[in-house]
Amino acid sequence: MAETVTITIDDRQIQAAPGEMLLWAALDNDIYIPHLCASREEAHPTASCRLCFVEVEGRPAPVPACTLPVTEGLVVKTRSPQVDSLVAMGFELLMSNHRLDCKNCSANGNCELQRIAKARKLRLKPKNLPVLDKNLPVDDSAANIVYDPNKCVLCGQCVRACRKSGNGTLGFARRGYLRVVTTFGGVPLGESNCTNCGACVKVCPVGALAQK
Amino acid sequence: MNLTAEEKRIATETTRQLLSTYNDSRGNLIPVLQQVQNKLGYVPAVAMEEVAAHFNVPAVDVYGIITFYNQFRLTPPGKRQVKICMGTACHMRGAQIIQESWERRLNIKMGETTEDREYSLERVACVGCCTMAPVVLINEEVHGKITPTRVDGLIFSHQLDKQKEKEGAARDE
Ligand code: SF4
Ligand code: SF4
Ligand code: FES
Ligand code: FES
Repeated sequence: MAETVTITIDDRQIQAAPGEMLLWAALDNDIYIPHLCASREEAHPTASCRLCFVEVEGRPAPVPACTLPVTEGLVVKTRSPQVDSLVAMGFELLMSNHRLDCKNCSANGNCELQRIAKARKLRLKPKNLPVLDKNLPVDDSAANIVYDPNKCVLCGQCVRACRKSGNGTLGFARRGYLRVVTTFGGVPLGESNCTNCGACVKVCPVGALAQK
Repeated sequence: MNLTAEEKRIATETTRQLLSTYNDSRGNLIPVLQQVQNKLGYVPAVAMEEVAAHFNVPAVDVYGIITFYNQFRLTPPGKRQVKICMGTACHMRGAQIIQESWERRLNIKMGETTEDREYSLERVACVGCCTMAPVVLINEEVHGKITPTRVDGLIFSHQLDKQKEKEGAARDE
Protein backbone atom coordinates (compact mmCIF):
# COMPACT_ATOMS: atom_id res chain seq x y z
CA MET A 1 0.00 0.00 0.00
CA ALA A 2 1.22 3.47 -0.82
CA GLU A 3 2.45 5.71 1.98
CA THR A 4 0.20 8.54 0.89
CA VAL A 5 -2.73 9.07 -1.41
CA THR A 6 -3.43 12.04 -3.62
CA ILE A 7 -6.77 13.74 -3.20
CA THR A 8 -8.28 16.90 -4.58
CA ILE A 9 -9.92 19.47 -2.34
CA ASP A 10 -11.32 22.57 -4.04
CA ASP A 11 -9.18 21.90 -7.13
CA ARG A 12 -6.01 21.66 -5.05
CA GLN A 13 -4.03 18.42 -5.03
CA ILE A 14 -3.07 17.21 -1.57
CA GLN A 15 -1.14 14.28 -0.16
CA ALA A 16 -2.69 12.52 2.82
CA ALA A 17 -2.30 9.31 4.76
CA PRO A 18 -4.74 6.71 3.45
CA GLY A 19 -7.70 6.24 5.77
CA GLU A 20 -7.22 9.58 7.49
CA MET A 21 -10.44 11.54 7.82
CA LEU A 22 -10.83 14.22 5.20
CA LEU A 23 -11.43 16.92 7.80
CA TRP A 24 -7.89 16.58 9.20
CA ALA A 25 -6.28 16.31 5.80
CA ALA A 26 -7.97 19.57 4.81
CA LEU A 27 -7.16 21.42 8.03
CA ASP A 28 -3.51 20.31 7.87
CA ASN A 29 -3.34 21.91 4.44
CA ASP A 30 -4.89 25.18 5.56
CA ILE A 31 -8.25 24.45 4.03
CA TYR A 32 -10.81 25.40 6.64
CA ILE A 33 -13.92 23.30 7.10
CA PRO A 34 -16.25 24.30 9.96
CA HIS A 35 -16.19 21.69 12.73
CA LEU A 36 -16.96 21.49 16.43
CA CYS A 37 -17.36 17.91 17.56
CA ALA A 38 -14.57 16.02 15.77
CA SER A 39 -11.38 14.87 17.44
CA ARG A 40 -8.30 13.33 15.86
CA GLU A 41 -7.97 10.58 18.42
CA GLU A 42 -11.46 9.29 17.94
CA ALA A 43 -11.74 6.23 15.75
CA HIS A 44 -15.53 6.50 15.62
CA PRO A 45 -16.52 10.15 15.25
CA THR A 46 -19.84 11.11 16.79
CA ALA A 47 -20.48 13.49 13.87
CA SER A 48 -23.04 15.33 15.94
CA CYS A 49 -22.50 18.99 15.05
CA ARG A 50 -23.23 18.53 11.34
CA LEU A 51 -21.14 21.51 10.31
CA CYS A 52 -18.31 19.83 8.40
CA PHE A 53 -20.23 18.85 5.28
CA VAL A 54 -18.39 18.61 1.96
CA GLU A 55 -19.47 17.73 -1.55
CA VAL A 56 -17.93 14.46 -2.77
CA GLU A 57 -17.64 13.77 -6.48
CA GLY A 58 -19.87 10.84 -7.37
CA ARG A 59 -22.03 11.10 -4.28
CA PRO A 60 -25.53 12.56 -4.45
CA ALA A 61 -25.57 14.25 -1.05
CA PRO A 62 -22.97 16.11 1.07
CA VAL A 63 -21.01 14.02 3.58
CA PRO A 64 -19.54 15.04 6.98
CA ALA A 65 -15.79 15.46 6.42
CA CYS A 66 -15.02 14.06 9.87
CA THR A 67 -16.39 10.66 8.86
CA LEU A 68 -14.93 10.47 5.36
CA PRO A 69 -11.70 8.44 5.10
CA VAL A 70 -9.50 9.61 2.24
CA THR A 71 -8.78 7.27 -0.63
CA GLU A 72 -6.66 7.65 -3.75
CA GLY A 73 -8.26 9.99 -6.27
CA LEU A 74 -10.94 11.37 -3.94
CA VAL A 75 -12.32 14.67 -5.22
CA VAL A 76 -14.22 16.98 -2.87
CA LYS A 77 -15.43 20.55 -2.71
CA THR A 78 -15.80 22.34 0.60
CA ARG A 79 -18.36 24.71 -0.82
CA SER A 80 -21.47 24.22 -2.94
CA PRO A 81 -24.98 25.58 -2.73
CA GLN A 82 -26.09 22.40 -0.97
CA VAL A 83 -23.20 22.39 1.52
CA ASP A 84 -23.59 26.08 2.22
CA SER A 85 -27.27 25.80 2.96
CA LEU A 86 -26.80 22.77 5.23
CA VAL A 87 -24.07 24.55 7.17
CA ALA A 88 -26.06 27.77 7.36
CA MET A 89 -29.05 25.86 8.70
CA GLY A 90 -27.02 23.88 11.23
CA PHE A 91 -25.26 27.01 12.40
CA GLU A 92 -28.50 28.93 12.77
CA LEU A 93 -30.01 26.12 14.84
CA LEU A 94 -26.93 26.05 17.01
CA MET A 95 -27.01 29.78 17.59
CA SER A 96 -30.72 29.70 18.34
CA ASN A 97 -29.95 28.39 21.79
CA HIS A 98 -26.58 29.91 22.41
CA ARG A 99 -26.24 32.75 24.87
CA LEU A 100 -24.53 35.32 22.69
CA ASP A 101 -22.47 37.77 24.71
CA CYS A 102 -19.15 38.07 22.90
CA LYS A 103 -18.17 41.33 24.59
CA ASN A 104 -18.04 39.65 28.00
CA CYS A 105 -16.98 36.19 26.84
CA SER A 106 -13.65 34.58 27.62
CA ALA A 107 -13.52 33.07 24.13
CA ASN A 108 -13.96 36.39 22.33
CA GLY A 109 -11.47 36.51 19.47
CA ASN A 110 -10.62 32.83 19.84
CA CYS A 111 -14.05 31.33 19.38
CA GLU A 112 -14.90 28.61 16.90
CA LEU A 113 -18.39 30.05 16.41
CA GLN A 114 -16.95 33.43 15.48
CA ARG A 115 -14.52 31.65 13.14
CA ILE A 116 -17.31 29.76 11.40
CA ALA A 117 -19.43 32.88 11.08
CA LYS A 118 -16.53 34.74 9.52
CA ALA A 119 -15.44 31.94 7.18
CA ARG A 120 -18.94 31.29 5.88
CA LYS A 121 -20.27 34.83 6.09
CA LEU A 122 -22.97 33.84 8.55
CA ARG A 123 -24.54 35.91 11.26
CA LEU A 124 -23.92 34.92 14.87
CA LYS A 125 -27.40 36.11 15.69
CA PRO A 126 -30.06 33.95 14.02
CA LYS A 127 -32.08 35.74 11.43
CA ASN A 128 -35.03 33.38 11.02
CA LEU A 129 -35.22 31.64 14.36
CA PRO A 130 -36.00 33.02 17.79
CA VAL A 131 -33.21 32.70 20.36
CA LEU A 132 -34.11 30.47 23.29
CA ASP A 133 -32.11 31.02 26.42
CA LYS A 134 -32.12 27.96 28.66
CA ASN A 135 -31.31 30.23 31.57
CA LEU A 136 -29.34 27.59 33.42
CA PRO A 137 -27.25 28.77 36.37
CA VAL A 138 -23.61 29.58 35.63
CA ASP A 139 -21.44 27.26 37.74
CA ASP A 140 -18.47 28.99 39.35
CA SER A 141 -18.17 26.57 42.26
CA ALA A 142 -14.89 24.98 41.13
CA ALA A 143 -11.54 26.42 42.20
CA ASN A 144 -10.46 27.66 38.78
CA ILE A 145 -13.14 26.73 36.23
CA VAL A 146 -16.33 28.59 35.33
CA TYR A 147 -18.96 26.71 33.35
CA ASP A 148 -21.78 28.46 31.54
CA PRO A 149 -24.07 25.74 30.14
CA ASN A 150 -26.02 28.40 28.25
CA LYS A 151 -23.07 28.81 25.88
CA CYS A 152 -22.37 25.09 25.45
CA VAL A 153 -22.73 23.73 21.92
CA LEU A 154 -22.72 20.07 23.06
CA CYS A 155 -19.65 19.20 21.02
CA GLY A 156 -18.41 16.72 23.62
CA GLN A 157 -14.77 17.84 23.50
CA CYS A 158 -14.65 18.47 27.26
CA VAL A 159 -16.23 15.09 28.03
CA ARG A 160 -13.45 13.33 26.13
CA ALA A 161 -10.70 15.49 27.63
CA CYS A 162 -12.09 14.93 31.13
CA ARG A 163 -11.93 11.19 30.62
CA LYS A 164 -8.37 11.36 29.38
CA SER A 165 -6.76 13.82 31.79
CA GLY A 166 -9.27 14.22 34.57
CA ASN A 167 -11.60 12.10 36.61
CA GLY A 168 -14.39 11.29 34.18
CA THR A 169 -16.44 13.99 35.86
CA LEU A 170 -18.20 15.44 32.83
CA GLY A 171 -20.80 13.66 30.74
CA PHE A 172 -24.01 14.18 28.80
CA ALA A 173 -27.41 14.01 30.49
CA ARG A 174 -31.07 14.32 29.44
CA ARG A 175 -32.11 14.61 25.83
CA GLY A 176 -33.54 16.84 23.19
CA TYR A 177 -33.67 20.50 24.05
CA LEU A 178 -32.78 19.71 27.66
CA ARG A 179 -29.53 17.92 26.80
CA VAL A 180 -26.62 19.24 28.89
CA VAL A 181 -23.04 18.53 29.74
CA THR A 182 -23.02 17.99 33.48
CA THR A 183 -21.68 15.98 36.42
CA PHE A 184 -22.96 12.87 38.18
CA GLY A 185 -26.30 13.84 39.72
CA GLY A 186 -26.04 17.26 38.09
CA VAL A 187 -24.16 18.71 41.09
CA PRO A 188 -21.97 21.83 40.68
CA LEU A 189 -18.36 21.12 39.68
CA GLY A 190 -17.13 22.18 43.11
CA GLU A 191 -19.17 19.38 44.72
CA SER A 192 -18.21 16.78 42.14
CA ASN A 193 -15.10 14.67 41.77
CA CYS A 194 -13.58 17.32 39.46
CA THR A 195 -9.81 17.60 40.01
CA ASN A 196 -9.56 21.11 38.56
CA CYS A 197 -7.10 19.91 35.96
CA GLY A 198 -8.49 22.35 33.42
CA ALA A 199 -8.27 19.92 30.49
CA CYS A 200 -11.89 20.71 29.61
CA VAL A 201 -11.23 24.44 29.45
CA LYS A 202 -8.38 23.93 26.98
CA VAL A 203 -10.53 22.03 24.47
CA CYS A 204 -13.81 23.94 24.71
CA PRO A 205 -14.15 25.58 21.28
CA VAL A 206 -16.46 28.26 22.69
CA GLY A 207 -16.67 30.21 25.93
CA ALA A 208 -18.74 27.68 27.87
CA LEU A 209 -15.81 26.47 29.95
CA ALA A 210 -13.40 29.16 31.05
CA GLN A 211 -10.46 29.64 33.35
CA LYS A 212 -11.20 31.74 36.42
CA MET B 1 -34.54 14.50 47.69
CA ASN B 2 -32.82 12.99 50.73
CA LEU B 3 -33.11 9.25 51.14
CA THR B 4 -33.10 7.60 54.55
CA ALA B 5 -30.16 5.41 55.53
CA GLU B 6 -32.48 2.42 55.31
CA GLU B 7 -33.53 3.29 51.74
CA LYS B 8 -29.91 3.65 50.73
CA ARG B 9 -29.02 0.30 52.28
CA ILE B 10 -31.87 -1.46 50.48
CA ALA B 11 -30.95 0.20 47.19
CA THR B 12 -27.29 -0.78 47.49
CA GLU B 13 -28.05 -4.37 48.45
CA THR B 14 -30.69 -4.85 45.77
CA THR B 15 -28.36 -3.47 43.11
CA ARG B 16 -25.41 -5.61 44.22
CA GLN B 17 -27.56 -8.69 44.18
CA LEU B 18 -28.76 -7.97 40.65
CA LEU B 19 -25.25 -7.19 39.45
CA SER B 20 -23.93 -10.50 40.72
CA THR B 21 -25.86 -12.27 37.95
CA TYR B 22 -24.51 -10.10 35.11
CA ASN B 23 -21.03 -9.87 33.61
CA ASP B 24 -19.56 -6.47 32.78
CA SER B 25 -20.34 -6.38 29.05
CA ARG B 26 -21.82 -3.00 28.11
CA GLY B 27 -24.94 -4.58 26.64
CA ASN B 28 -26.04 -5.53 30.15
CA LEU B 29 -25.99 -1.98 31.42
CA ILE B 30 -29.49 -0.92 30.50
CA PRO B 31 -31.12 -4.27 31.40
CA VAL B 32 -29.55 -4.03 34.88
CA LEU B 33 -30.84 -0.49 35.33
CA GLN B 34 -34.31 -1.64 34.26
CA GLN B 35 -34.17 -4.40 36.85
CA VAL B 36 -33.17 -1.93 39.55
CA GLN B 37 -36.06 0.32 38.53
CA ASN B 38 -38.46 -2.66 38.59
CA LYS B 39 -37.36 -3.77 42.04
CA LEU B 40 -37.08 -0.37 43.72
CA GLY B 41 -39.43 1.74 41.62
CA TYR B 42 -36.56 4.19 41.05
CA VAL B 43 -32.81 4.34 40.53
CA PRO B 44 -31.09 6.36 43.27
CA ALA B 45 -27.53 7.71 43.14
CA VAL B 46 -26.11 4.89 45.28
CA ALA B 47 -27.48 2.33 42.81
CA MET B 48 -26.03 4.25 39.85
CA GLU B 49 -22.63 4.28 41.54
CA GLU B 50 -22.73 0.51 42.08
CA VAL B 51 -23.69 -0.05 38.46
CA ALA B 52 -20.98 2.32 37.19
CA ALA B 53 -18.30 0.51 39.21
CA HIS B 54 -19.48 -2.87 37.94
CA PHE B 55 -19.37 -1.85 34.28
CA ASN B 56 -16.26 0.24 34.77
CA VAL B 57 -17.75 3.44 33.31
CA PRO B 58 -17.82 6.94 34.83
CA ALA B 59 -20.84 7.36 37.11
CA VAL B 60 -21.94 10.34 35.02
CA ASP B 61 -22.54 7.97 32.09
CA VAL B 62 -25.06 5.98 34.11
CA TYR B 63 -26.68 9.26 35.15
CA GLY B 64 -26.75 10.16 31.46
CA ILE B 65 -28.68 6.99 30.63
CA ILE B 66 -31.12 7.39 33.52
CA THR B 67 -31.92 10.97 32.51
CA PHE B 68 -32.12 10.11 28.80
CA TYR B 69 -34.96 7.61 29.05
CA ASN B 70 -38.36 8.54 30.40
CA GLN B 71 -38.89 5.11 31.94
CA PHE B 72 -36.42 5.77 34.75
CA ARG B 73 -37.13 7.62 37.96
CA LEU B 74 -34.45 9.25 40.10
CA THR B 75 -36.64 9.59 43.17
CA PRO B 76 -38.92 7.12 44.97
CA PRO B 77 -42.53 7.25 43.75
CA GLY B 78 -44.97 9.02 46.07
CA LYS B 79 -47.99 7.43 47.77
CA ARG B 80 -50.06 9.09 45.07
CA GLN B 81 -48.39 8.84 41.69
CA VAL B 82 -49.78 11.64 39.56
CA LYS B 83 -49.33 10.90 35.88
CA ILE B 84 -50.17 13.67 33.47
CA CYS B 85 -51.16 12.56 30.00
CA MET B 86 -49.06 14.20 27.32
CA GLY B 87 -50.71 12.46 24.38
CA THR B 88 -51.78 14.51 21.39
CA ALA B 89 -55.36 15.14 22.49
CA CYS B 90 -54.35 16.09 26.02
CA HIS B 91 -51.52 18.23 24.73
CA MET B 92 -53.94 20.08 22.46
CA ARG B 93 -56.31 20.64 25.35
CA GLY B 94 -53.79 22.18 27.69
CA ALA B 95 -51.85 19.35 29.37
CA GLN B 96 -49.00 21.82 29.77
CA ILE B 97 -51.17 24.06 31.91
CA ILE B 98 -52.27 21.07 33.98
CA GLN B 99 -48.65 20.08 34.43
CA GLU B 100 -47.80 23.57 35.63
CA SER B 101 -50.72 23.57 38.07
CA TRP B 102 -49.54 20.35 39.69
CA GLU B 103 -45.96 21.55 39.80
CA ARG B 104 -46.94 24.83 41.39
CA ARG B 105 -49.36 23.31 43.89
CA LEU B 106 -47.00 20.53 44.99
CA ASN B 107 -43.90 22.69 44.68
CA ILE B 108 -41.99 20.01 42.77
CA LYS B 109 -41.03 19.46 39.13
CA MET B 110 -41.86 16.60 36.77
CA GLY B 111 -40.17 13.39 37.88
CA GLU B 112 -39.87 14.53 41.48
CA THR B 113 -41.52 13.45 44.73
CA THR B 114 -42.73 15.73 47.53
CA GLU B 115 -40.57 15.72 50.66
CA ASP B 116 -43.40 14.03 52.64
CA ARG B 117 -43.55 11.29 49.94
CA GLU B 118 -47.26 11.92 49.42
CA TYR B 119 -47.08 12.82 45.72
CA SER B 120 -44.86 12.18 42.73
CA LEU B 121 -45.30 13.72 39.30
CA GLU B 122 -44.65 12.21 35.91
CA ARG B 123 -45.72 12.50 32.30
CA VAL B 124 -47.20 9.61 30.37
CA ALA B 125 -48.17 9.04 26.75
CA CYS B 126 -51.85 8.73 25.71
CA VAL B 127 -53.76 6.71 28.30
CA GLY B 128 -56.64 6.01 25.92
CA CYS B 129 -59.33 8.34 27.26
CA CYS B 130 -58.85 11.11 24.72
CA THR B 131 -62.51 12.17 24.78
CA MET B 132 -61.95 13.23 28.38
CA ALA B 133 -58.81 15.23 27.61
CA PRO B 134 -56.93 16.60 29.44
CA VAL B 135 -56.48 13.47 31.52
CA VAL B 136 -54.58 12.76 34.72
CA LEU B 137 -54.03 9.36 36.32
CA ILE B 138 -53.65 9.21 40.07
CA ASN B 139 -52.24 5.78 40.72
CA GLU B 140 -54.58 3.72 38.51
CA GLU B 141 -57.56 6.09 38.75
CA VAL B 142 -58.48 8.12 35.66
CA HIS B 143 -59.52 11.76 36.05
CA GLY B 144 -60.79 13.52 32.92
CA LYS B 145 -61.49 17.11 31.90
CA ILE B 146 -58.91 18.42 34.34
CA THR B 147 -58.67 22.16 34.96
CA PRO B 148 -56.41 24.02 37.39
CA THR B 149 -59.29 24.34 39.84
CA ARG B 150 -59.89 20.59 39.64
CA VAL B 151 -56.23 20.09 40.55
CA ASP B 152 -56.88 22.15 43.67
CA GLY B 153 -60.06 20.13 44.28
CA LEU B 154 -58.24 16.80 43.99
CA ILE B 155 -55.52 17.84 46.38
CA PHE B 156 -58.14 19.15 48.81
CA SER B 157 -60.10 15.91 48.71
CA HIS B 158 -56.90 13.96 49.34
CA GLN B 159 -56.28 16.11 52.40
CA LEU B 160 -59.81 15.42 53.62
CA ASP B 161 -59.32 11.67 53.09
CA LYS B 162 -56.13 11.81 55.02
CA GLN B 163 -57.72 13.70 57.87
CA LYS B 164 -60.59 11.22 58.04
CA GLU B 165 -58.12 8.37 58.12
CA LYS B 166 -56.33 10.01 60.99
CA GLU B 167 -59.53 10.60 62.92
CA GLY B 168 -60.64 7.05 62.23
CA ALA B 169 -57.32 5.74 63.49
CA ALA B 170 -57.61 7.91 66.59
CA ARG B 171 -61.14 6.57 67.30
CA ASP B 172 -60.02 2.98 66.88
CA GLU B 173 -57.39 3.35 69.55
S1 SF4 C 1 -18.88 31.50 22.80
FE1 SF4 C 1 -18.17 32.66 21.02
S2 SF4 C 1 -20.05 33.38 20.02
FE2 SF4 C 1 -20.59 32.74 22.06
S3 SF4 C 1 -20.52 34.59 23.30
FE3 SF4 C 1 -18.52 33.60 23.48
S4 SF4 C 1 -17.29 34.55 21.89
FE4 SF4 C 1 -19.42 35.01 21.38
S1 SF4 D 1 -18.68 22.80 27.49
FE1 SF4 D 1 -17.48 23.41 25.68
S2 SF4 D 1 -16.29 21.57 25.18
FE2 SF4 D 1 -17.90 20.91 26.54
S3 SF4 D 1 -19.53 20.22 25.18
FE3 SF4 D 1 -19.97 22.36 25.71
S4 SF4 D 1 -19.05 23.53 24.08
FE4 SF4 D 1 -18.17 21.48 23.95
S1 FES E 1 -17.07 17.94 12.98
FE1 FES E 1 -18.03 16.62 11.61
S2 FES E 1 -20.04 16.53 12.36
FE2 FES E 1 -19.02 17.74 13.86
S1 FES F 1 -54.09 11.98 24.65
FE1 FES F 1 -54.46 11.94 26.76
S2 FES F 1 -55.82 10.29 26.89
FE2 FES F 1 -55.30 10.26 24.80
